[in-house]
Amino acid sequence: MIKKITYLAQACSWLAVLTTVGMILLFLGFLGVRGFDTINPTLFFGNTPPWGAIIGRLPVWHGIWPACVGTVALVLLSSLLAIPLGLASGIYLAHYASGAWKRWFSLAVEVLAGIPSIVMGLFGFALILSLRKTVAPQANTCLLLSAGCLALLVLPYLILMTQTALEALPDELRQAGLSLGFTPWQNMVHVLLPVAGRGILSGVILAVGRAAEDTAVILLTGVVANSGLPSGILDKYEALPFHIFFLAAEARSDAELAQGFGAALILLILTAALFLGAYYLKSTFTKTWDQKNLSI
Amino acid sequence: MLIQGQASSPRTAETVLQAHWRHLDRRQSGIKGLLLGATILSCGSVLAILGFLSYFALPIFSEGHLAEILSWEWRPFQGKFGILPMAVGSLSLAVTAMGVAYPLGLGICGFAHGLGPRCLKGPLMGLINFMTSIPTVIYGFVSVIFLVPLVRGAFPESTGYSWLTAALTLSLMILPTIVLLVHAQLQQVDARVRLASAALGFSPAQTLLWVMRPLAFRGLWAAAVLGFSRALGDTIIALMVAGNAPQVPNSLLDSIRTLTSHIALVVATDSTSQAYQSIFASGLILFGVSIAVNLTLRRLQSRAALPATGRHD
Repeated sequence: MIKKITYLAQACSWLAVLTTVGMILLFLGFLGVRGFDTINPTLFFGNTPPWGAIIGRLPVWHGIWPACVGTVALVLLSSLLAIPLGLASGIYLAHYASGAWKRWFSLAVEVLAGIPSIVMGLFGFALILSLRKTVAPQANTCLLLSAGCLALLVLPYLILMTQTALEALPDELRQAGLSLGFTPWQNMVHVLLPVAGRGILSGVILAVGRAAEDTAVILLTGVVANSGLPSGILDKYEALPFHIFFLAAEARSDAELAQGFGAALILLILTAALFLGAYYLKSTFTKTWDQKNLSI
Repeated sequence: MLIQGQASSPRTAETVLQAHWRHLDRRQSGIKGLLLGATILSCGSVLAILGFLSYFALPIFSEGHLAEILSWEWRPFQGKFGILPMAVGSLSLAVTAMGVAYPLGLGICGFAHGLGPRCLKGPLMGLINFMTSIPTVIYGFVSVIFLVPLVRGAFPESTGYSWLTAALTLSLMILPTIVLLVHAQLQQVDARVRLASAALGFSPAQTLLWVMRPLAFRGLWAAAVLGFSRALGDTIIALMVAGNAPQVPNSLLDSIRTLTSHIALVVATDSTSQAYQSIFASGLILFGVSIAVNLTLRRLQSRAALPATGRHD
């Protein structure tokens, strides 16, 4: 009887694995095959001369260049907002907070991590609505607002990764620095942060990847389909994930559909590269410091 | 000279040192204050989000629209703003997506922990980890181009944009969440029992089925709860492939609209103030669910010490 159940379980697990791997390969293969041929300068710049487009002199109408620039601007701006805040909060939670306060702060970070991204976008939308009602009747959704909401979205990841990386370090390391006469902050800056650096950096890269791929937040906070390059942080902008979303619904010709495949493949390559970098950093960090959680 | 100086003014040296320590102390508390400020700002944002959503949802109660919002019909031009069909849509989509993804996830975890060959564990978990990095919008895009025509071809009475299509796509997206959480839990249990059960003559497969499975049940629950909440919180896949008709579905081939895509759709089509109230109500519902999920996970975590890996990612 036990043997039969074991065989049955083995058969089921093989079935599950083959189904999943099959679906993923089909999925990626489909995207790769249809997208591979579309990747060329025309995909990015349309009929505009590439150099003129890159320096922003000539507008690009039939390419994904403005969307790429928009995504990069969005990611940079939200990193600028989220990284200092996330690192500082992570350090505080790992080494300064204690007792009931630490529990409340951790609960808040976890709640923040669980909020669906569309609700984060709705928050940005509500912010603009109330700004219009009160101090700035001209306020409108824009790049800055999207970056702020994305920063909120990735903030909990940054905090958790910083906190986890610092807490994984052995206590002796902290004590050694302090016993040599470092102040707690000197110890943090010169000993603990450099050692935890790879763990923290992997968190930062993951956060960047999330900010680059999220669509729901920007959908509510100012992304548009055709705006060209963003001219300022208070302007509308284009972004790669929204461009893909838009083309899936609105593509009118095969050329536009092909552009959708190209854009999807570019976005996938971008997030995959970020993921691989983070994965590598994290695994080297774990191998060095987190022996107790290492898989055997 | 040195001895003389020390002897003549011992208090000065001490006061100098004390002043230096006081200076260091002030710097330390200054830095601590800054870090605390950052933490309060980060954590306060949760309250800010809740506050804004509640403020904008408030007119529902003060103007007495609650019964209208909690009704079964969404016809904004006839003044009917019910969001219950969307709530049902969200729930049915999340449940069916879990129904597909959860068994698959358990199968994969079992495969990696004794039911399958050891040499395939590494590549398999690598692939699952990689899946976390695939953007949601790409799942949606491929589904629109590939799965929707397939469903339309198989069931000619459907447009292809349906509950079924969305559930299948969504299940692929939430699969890594489930697998990584169960995998982390199994790994912890494995470290505790592996030697003992091997010494008793269990094969790896038997260890998994009869020793580890009962011990890991909190992890199994946590994965179910977290996977469900991820499915409930997704917007883009539902928006792209579920069809978005505001109705209670009768069959898997019907078009449905979720609370999340409802928010996106109403914001996109400029509407009346009452339509806006309905999206803030939807936002509050989603917020409430995510808090409930968090508290549940906390309860499970505090008793079983689940690792932090794969929490929301």
